Amino acid sequence: MSKFSSICFHFCVPRLRPYVAGIGSKRPPDCFREYFIHKFRAMLGKNRIIFPGEKVLLAVSGGPSSCSMLSQVQEGLSQNAHKKLRFIPGIVYIDEGAAAGRSVDDRKTAMAQMQTLFEATGFPFHLVPLEQVLDLSPSVLVMAPSPSEQPGSAYKAAVDQFIQSKGHWPPRPQDQDQDQDLDQASLPDIQESHTQLLQQLMSSTKTQTAREELLSMLRQHLLVHTARTKGYSKLMLGDCCSRLAVKLLSSIALGRGAQLAQDTGFSDSRYGDIITVRPMRDYSSKEIVFYNHMFKVPSIFIPGLDTMTADKSSIQRLTESFVTKLQADFPSTVSTIYRTSEKLQTAWKGSCAADVCDTCLLCLCALDTTVGDCSYRLFL
Amino acid sequence: MPVLCSSCADKRAVLKRPKTGHSLCKECFFWAFEEEVHQTIVAAQLFKHGETVGIAASGGKDSTVLAHVMKVLNERYNYGLELMLLSVDEGITGYRDDSLETVKRNQQQYELPLKIVSYEELYGWTMDAIVKQVGLKNNCTFCGVFRRQALDRGAIMLKVDKICTGHNADDVAETVLMNVLRGDIARLRRCTAISTTSEGDGVVPRCKPLKYAYEKEIVLYAYFKKLDYFSTECIYSPNAYRGHARTFLKDLESVRPSSIMDVIHSGENLSVREGVKMPVQGTCSRCGYISSQALCKSCVLLEGLNRGLPKLGIGKHHRLHDKILSQQPLTEKEERKLKSVDF
Repeated sequence: MSKFSSICFHFCVPRLRPYVAGIGSKRPPDCFREYFIHKFRAMLGKNRIIFPGEKVLLAVSGGPSSCSMLSQVQEGLSQNAHKKLRFIPGIVYIDEGAAAGRSVDDRKTAMAQMQTLFEATGFPFHLVPLEQVLDLSPSVLVMAPSPSEQPGSAYKAAVDQFIQSKGHWPPRPQDQDQDQDLDQASLPDIQESHTQLLQQLMSSTKTQTAREELLSMLRQHLLVHTARTKGYSKLMLGDCCSRLAVKLLSSIALGRGAQLAQDTGFSDSRYGDIITVRPMRDYSSKEIVFYNHMFKVPSIFIPGLDTMTADKSSIQRLTESFVTKLQADFPSTVSTIYRTSEKLQTAWKGSCAADVCDTCLLCLCALDTTVGDCSYRLFL
Repeated sequence: MPVLCSSCADKRAVLKRPKTGHSLCKECFFWAFEEEVHQTIVAAQLFKHGETVGIAASGGKDSTVLAHVMKVLNERYNYGLELMLLSVDEGITGYRDDSLETVKRNQQQYELPLKIVSYEELYGWTMDAIVKQVGLKNNCTFCGVFRRQALDRGAIMLKVDKICTGHNADDVAETVLMNVLRGDIARLRRCTAISTTSEGDGVVPRCKPLKYAYEKEIVLYAYFKKLDYFSTECIYSPNAYRGHARTFLKDLESVRPSSIMDVIHSGENLSVREGVKMPVQGTCSRCGYISSQALCKSCVLLEGLNRGLPKLGIGKHHRLHDKILSQQPLTEKEERKLKSVDF
């Protein structure tokens, strides 16, 4: 049965596998679906960072990658899954319509669509407008102490400690009900004055590059804040390999070389109590799109700040078009960049004691402003 | 209403500085440019008093400006250096022979001794002959590897203590980007260093005094000072991979001029995880030059050329080193793979 050239019983076309440049694979699997699902589990299993019973917040933007991540989580938690995933998920959607210049009606429609999508999963979800970031207290910019020391090799010990402190597996009914809160009853109310304030903030930046940086920073702060206040200890982002390759190159172009490992690595612990993970980072965007199409994973396209902008409007857009064009001529470009990012590390962990290092106020990464013997800063 | 120079506020501004956007008059621009190179040299302690320094001169704008600025600063700030010009003749007709004429004129203009080493005398091959065998895709590899050794050999013949090259900020930034795209983590760590730190008998340390000078500023400097330089691109280079990195960098510069410095800053601050395999420096068993493998790259490339196997040296060839060292013939399968050349 396995070596037939007929369609396998998952209704995959055999040996249909978008070019993947052998990321960890030794032999093309016969079934694309198994391969896809396996990669997700392997990514979580290899980096043993999510404990059973932990509350994990999934950041879904409506795009193919994050919706694919959502469907993988659903698949992993379902009853008939082989080696079930064992954590408690919640979903968050951040409405950036104000920053992207969309009308109130458009935003309401998008929110309603997302609500329908989330309700179908049965997980608790939160719809948060970006305007809420203006109300956050400065405490979001402070690194909170992490609940336990990094486990290292003692994963089992860390799991035991976690379960003793607060986790429960299987989840008790009362743990799950407390999140069916007012967020879901109706679409959140957005005040006109807040929207205007946010728009003023966005238009006060002089370049498109700076605007995109600002937006991603605001989004990140709001995600971390939501995770903290709703009791989640992990945040899952849906960045895929192609996106991360572009992010890596544009970070280099922006001067963020020292923080590359945290910005593009699998896990990011700069906030202390909330750890950000990127389980989709092994998938190229092609694979995700194929999977979504073949297995009818729903996703919604919502225009963002950089939709329909020219190639040279910002550094991020320029890098994206550069990588995409180069990938067409040299198909191993994205995977090579990904491979390079795996070899980088976070500078601060090794070089100084964790509490003593100065960190940046806005992004909470270690400062890289010490002037060496001969540094470019002398020449600006 | 004419714009005044933003530095001296006295004379009319004649240019806008690409690095900072300031409007400057000629003299202030010269002063700013030269002063920055001086700061680079002093802060990184590139030279010691009384050293002999070889300036790698190709006749192009970077090396001409380098030679000029080094001479000016040497006199102005009393570095106490003895300067010499060192040039490499790759044997490219229509390009190198013309630029070498420029170097000879520079020698007379700056009154510096000059030494020219050629691929022909060092390796027995000119670039023209190499391209005929190798094609137009991988020829830059040959030229670059051979030139590095040629510079060192020339430096030893001239008996200099240090070599300085005209690599500018754009070159270093391009190299960082190229190494990320190529996944070359070992080079990524080393490429932003302002001077090399290898010890050994056959190796002369080299440095890049122009590391923080933008290419556009070098062109402006050479233009306003009316320096004599040769400005055509190498005829064999259009398909080089570096071209992609260069176009990207130029686009980045047009969006945000400080990107070039930002890329260099990122490159300087990259840190590699422990446990990643890094090459260890040793010596080549055949020629004694520094190498991280049993045979240095130029010996492998030369062997390929001499045996008529142009692809030897491009791609993975560690397993063949022993065979080459012991002069054994390669199997037919190996020969077939190494011979195919796509033009």
